[in-house]
Amino acid sequence: MFASLSRLQRYYLYYTGTFLAFIGALAVLEQHGMPPRWIGYAFLFFTISMYALIGIVCRTSDVSEYYVAGRRVPAFFNGMATGADWMSAASFIGLAGTLYLSGFQGLAYVIGWTGGFVLVALLLAPYLRRFGQYTIPDFLGARYGGNAIRLVAVGAVILASFVYVVAQIYGVGVITSRFVSLQFEIGVFVGLAGILVCSFLGGMRAVTWTQVAQYLILIVAYITPVAILSYNQTGNPVPQLVYGRVLQQVSLLEDDLFQRPAELEVRQLFHERADLYAQKIMQLPQSLNFERENLAKQINQLKASDAQMKDIVALERQYRDLPRDPEQARARWEEAMFLAVERSKPPIHHAEAFPGETVEEQDIMRINFLALIFCLTIGTAALPHVLTRYYTTPTVRQARESVFWSLLFILLLYITAPAYAVFAKFEVLTHLAEIPIAKLPGWVAAWAKLGLVSIEDINADGILQLAELSLNPDVIVLATPEIAGMPYVVSGLVAAGGLAAALSTADGLLLTITTSLSHDVYYRIFRPEASTHFRLVISKSMLLVVAILAATVAAQKPGTILSMVSWAFSIAGSAFFPALVLGIFWEKATRAGALAGMVVGVLLSIYYIIRVEFDSIPLLGISGFNMEPWFHIQSTSSGLFGVVAGFCTIIVVSLMTKPDPRAASFLKTIRYRNGTES
Amino acid sequence: MPAADIHWQKSRRLTFILLLFWGLVTFGLTWFSRSINEVIILGFPLGFYMAAQGALVIYLLIIWWYNRQMKKLDIEYGVEDD
Repeated sequence: MFASLSRLQRYYLYYTGTFLAFIGALAVLEQHGMPPRWIGYAFLFFTISMYALIGIVCRTSDVSEYYVAGRRVPAFFNGMATGADWMSAASFIGLAGTLYLSGFQGLAYVIGWTGGFVLVALLLAPYLRRFGQYTIPDFLGARYGGNAIRLVAVGAVILASFVYVVAQIYGVGVITSRFVSLQFEIGVFVGLAGILVCSFLGGMRAVTWTQVAQYLILIVAYITPVAILSYNQTGNPVPQLVYGRVLQQVSLLEDDLFQRPAELEVRQLFHERADLYAQKIMQLPQSLNFERENLAKQINQLKASDAQMKDIVALERQYRDLPRDPEQARARWEEAMFLAVERSKPPIHHAEAFPGETVEEQDIMRINFLALIFCLTIGTAALPHVLTRYYTTPTVRQARESVFWSLLFILLLYITAPAYAVFAKFEVLTHLAEIPIAKLPGWVAAWAKLGLVSIEDINADGILQLAELSLNPDVIVLATPEIAGMPYVVSGLVAAGGLAAALSTADGLLLTITTSLSHDVYYRIFRPEASTHFRLVISKSMLLVVAILAATVAAQKPGTILSMVSWAFSIAGSAFFPALVLGIFWEKATRAGALAGMVVGVLLSIYYIIRVEFDSIPLLGISGFNMEPWFHIQSTSSGLFGVVAGFCTIIVVSLMTKPDPRAASFLKTIRYRNGTES
Repeated sequence: MPAADIHWQKSRRLTFILLLFWGLVTFGLTWFSRSINEVIILGFPLGFYMAAQGALVIYLLIIWWYNRQMKKLDIEYGVEDD
């Protein structure tokens, strides 16, 4: 049986065995008193040096190897690499947390991120492979002709991928800062080093084989803690089969907990706080002056009496921390108000679809749910770093098969994530809710230090009510082993998995950005006569610049991982999907049409995100442009408008312009070609 | 009609039918999640189950079926490429 495996399969079997043995060794060492911190270091060091090793072994300076791994990646392994490439820090860290917090509503991500692969399989992968060049702008350039479309495509590739890569590097920072106690900003740059070793030396070839290795680590890391939880709670280690029963228990617990008087009281208190902030905001600027005078008076009173020094210092600090001007006060108080409103709302039942007090509210939820699915599927089918993976298979048939494998490997994680959320919720509801705050487990304090968990005893009863606990979605996966009291080696494993997910996606993205810059812009447009050697030098130096830029942005902690990623999907979807699909399936699509459609789609999508999500851009000195969302659609689904507008624009403009006669022969070669290809 | 055109016509029809089915599962069924949640299977409300597992498996089957049919079609028209 062993002999029938290919050389590659045997290599990865050895590799997996080594990794499992490594985990086992660490588990034994932990029993004998190895400190947690060392376990964290061991995982970090072992996995990153593995990736670096593969990167060094696969180093290359051949253009085809560097850009498309020599088109020698078998479907099965390409599927695994795509899985790692695809499953980012958002899938690994953010998804289960989002499912934990929003229950059924979070399933939009599960459906959208897997459903998109049907579109890839049916509409794009085989045609891209038959075309057989290096990048997505290459394809658009060949189909429609001209450099303008290539430039627009490169712009969209960079925009979408950059937003996405920042989110990955941010995830790396979160993981390293928690598990090996590096400072967040330093963690970001350590992760970066790991990314660079690989993509820098060997391009797509090294990235592919590292991604396969990373997939194996991330899937083991993802499934292990849930399987343990599942076994502890139900006696069956296959979580996907049994979490339905746990879900029922969660529902019963929810019925009980949500209605307790203490919970109701806490929500009422948050409600009052929100009202208080609303009042203070209304009465600006007087309310700020009043607050300032009030504090000053208290400080003077304390100083006059013989109060303790530390009380006076605390008040003085409060005084110093007051907002400087009414504008700052408004921003801060609004944020506090929204937070309080959020906590005052009655919690939703985990399995309830489209929850809402009225039918209208339910319909808004439903529309947003479907809109998000739409954007995520289209975005999935348009992300350049995923699509380029289908250039790397040897044949068209293998490209099709590799989509099947991709989805299968991705499913493993996505089917587990909802189980993860349900088990974690069960743990929190049974072991955390309604217990004395003094007796809270250690992990709460550890994560609170990073600002990802917060607890506020608003009714001062010394007991943690559910409404007093707020968890950042990024915490659930990383903290579940600790929540369930598993050995630290499992936490280390999860961290290594999260790191693998973030690094593999970041690798793929960085490579896509720099390939676009060096191949599409530099080689195709500016210097077609450039030597292959020089093209790779350009590519590698671009990689360095882009990577450092992304890490610098990530160090600013710009937003939650999931919202950044959703924006990237909306942007990529509206830029590429209509132009690619119409380009393949509609002969009459013209260059002018595609160009107009891409520009309109991207601009509309960005316009919608900015106007719904933000109210001012201090950098440009404009403010007050916040608008009501159209049809109540959230900014994360802005791609809905971008994609529809893109399709309409391409069709209308194409019908008004004359089709390119070369399009017909191009279409023939990508739809049907006899014999083998070069 | 040339073979290339028939091949394209057939593969286009297959693509369209599967896409329609995909759309019905993804958007049609999901639209009614609230109502079908009343049904319980294996302890899961059905709407939740479909979104968390059912639809995913259907997607996998769609791709598997498409690959199978396309492989047949390619062999029939001699465009198998390996």
